[in-house]
Amino acid sequence: MAFLELHGLTKRYGTITAVDSMTLNVEKNSFVSLLGPSGCGKTTTLQMVAGFETPTEGRILLNGRDLSAIPARERGLGIVFQSYALFMHMTVAENVAFGLEMRKVGKAERARRVAAALDLVHLSHLADRYPRAMSGGQRQRVALARALVIEPELLLLDEPLSNLDAKLREEMQLELRRIQREAGVTTLMVTHDQSEALAMSDRVVVMERGHLRQEDAPFEVYEQPGSLFVSNFLGKSNVYDARLIAADATGSRLVVAGREIAGPAGVTLPPGDVALVLRPERVEVVAPDAALIEGRVIERIFFGNQWLLRAGTPFGEMLISRRNSGRAEAAVGDRIGLGWEAHHIRVLPREEARA
Amino acid sequence: MSETRRNWLLSAPGLVLFGVLLFVPLVMTFILSLNSFDFYGGIKPDIGPGNYFAVLGDGYYYTIFGRTFAIALVTTVICVLIGVPVAWFMLKMTPFWRSIMVLVVIGPLLISVVVRTLGWAIILGNKGIVNDALIHLGLIERPIKMMFTSGGIVVALVHVMVPFMVLAVWAALQRADPAAERAAESLGAGTVTIFRRVVVPQALPGILSGSLIVFSMSASAFATPAIIGGRRAKVIATTVYDEFMGTLNWPLGAAIAMLLLVSVVVVMLAWNRLVERRVEKVIG
Ligand SMILES: Nc1ncnc2c1ncn2[C@@H]1O[C@H](COP(=O)(O)OP(=O)(O)OP(=O)(O)O)[C@@H](O)[C@H]1O
Ligand SMILES: [Mg+2]
Repeated sequence: MAFLELHGLTKRYGTITAVDSMTLNVEKNSFVSLLGPSGCGKTTTLQMVAGFETPTEGRILLNGRDLSAIPARERGLGIVFQSYALFMHMTVAENVAFGLEMRKVGKAERARRVAAALDLVHLSHLADRYPRAMSGGQRQRVALARALVIEPELLLLDEPLSNLDAKLREEMQLELRRIQREAGVTTLMVTHDQSEALAMSDRVVVMERGHLRQEDAPFEVYEQPGSLFVSNFLGKSNVYDARLIAADATGSRLVVAGREIAGPAGVTLPPGDVALVLRPERVEVVAPDAALIEGRVIERIFFGNQWLLRAGTPFGEMLISRRNSGRAEAAVGDRIGLGWEAHHIRVLPREEARA
Repeated sequence: MSETRRNWLLSAPGLVLFGVLLFVPLVMTFILSLNSFDFYGGIKPDIGPGNYFAVLGDGYYYTIFGRTFAIALVTTVICVLIGVPVAWFMLKMTPFWRSIMVLVVIGPLLISVVVRTLGWAIILGNKGIVNDALIHLGLIERPIKMMFTSGGIVVALVHVMVPFMVLAVWAALQRADPAAERAAESLGAGTVTIFRRVVVPQALPGILSGSLIVFSMSASAFATPAIIGGRRAKVIATTVYDEFMGTLNWPLGAAIAMLLLVSVVVVMLAWNRLVERRVEKVIG
């Protein structure tokens, strides 16, 4: 039995189904991210676990205990809100102490635990400040300390880093993960930032329009997306319409734009119309005689550590990402040869295009 | 043209209006208050502080000043006690009910104070609804005296002033982060604790500005004390009226009016200083 279990969790607002029969198991001490585009029901799911929204259907079990009859204030969960929701009229230490006060923890014990929590988030020197006089990153840490000091069974984070600028966000990703490990608390985080989810989580849950689409370890969701939606949402993907003509344990054959190419082994789909997915970083620029197809560079973007090329090919447009190795890259208008290894292709069922 | 000069020029119409409508009458009232008066000769254009000595040397006026500020203070406190919870509930309502509540709260402001106060006179009178009901229920034998008392004035003033408090607190609460209440709830706080520890501090700027409005308006209110208090529970404003219209001793009335103005301003400034320091430190 998992530590946190969602069973067929559903939330409807009138005719809108915000979360649709979501079933999920979260292991103890793990860090799980709910990832998905805006409006897919991430916050609603989290709010139901927190107890601020009542599920229309389904159950939530925490450590074997059914939460549905337990009001939010008795669930004992640590929650970090997107806006941090600090008490602006209290100092940092008073903010952190609030949950302990509610639990009637004695004064000395309270002071000790507040100090420990502030130490954990490296804010001991700011204990007497008011939140208004703090930066976004510092407020974020206060919110975290306030949630952790009550030693919650479960930590819920709603887009905890989305109010920070890019550089601070990356720092805080590592910091948050360190704190979570040190506190040893099971964590459910909501985010719409795929790199954040991949970098921080043990498990990533990809949601789309209220449905759970895929749940896996970060590397697996990225490498083996189960659907075009997941593939497109996590990182960049080149997607082409293809026809699967043969598949067995040693390999497969695909037809794309009238050309037959080799596909990966172990495709279980029946022959017929499929989608072919190729990650930009798996496409190589090769000598013309070794190329599988040829392309002409339409656009070239420099990112510092890598280049992104957009090329017109017989398949359609293709994105190619190249590590910056210190040499000048092919320029716009150049003809280049493109190649890849058959096992880097993903073959997925066709889906209707989605907005 | 320099920036400052343009700013002055742009605000000139406002300043002129302000000067003509506020400053000039005020100065004239002040000058009037320095004149002297006798029953046979009327107002004499001499200048002296005689009227002020007359007021400050007479215990009768101290009673009236004391009553006025007590009424204003109690009204303000009751308005806070009613206004903060009402504003909080309004914030929690669905948009439909909230717009209805806004109408209910603001509605009274659309009706003349005189009409509303006359309504209270009917309710509070010896043969009014409240006394009739209590007598019929057998709870009391003789009517409770509510008309022509300070208590009656407070009741009617609260009714007049509460919308200002609700609006001021509401504006403050709307600026606060609604997630803070949820945060407190998740940390184990009950509704009462949330109200006391989170909502009231968030409402504080609104409570402070609302109190200033309610206090100064209550202290200088005329229509309500005139109708409910009559000649028996006199406040400063009705006393000034009586001096002007009854005794025709305009200089003395003007002196009392100036003293009312000065004392309200002093109370407001002191209050502002007192709370601003605390609020600034925390809310900034
Ligand atoms: N109180 C509500 N009443 C009606 N519909 C709601 C309510 N709350 C959320 N919804 C709808 O439910 C859906 C899911 O909302 P939710 O806030 O869970 O999305 P989200 O995944 O957190 O999105 P975001 O990344 O933008 O925060 C949305 O379509 C939203 O419009
Ligand atoms: Mg959300």
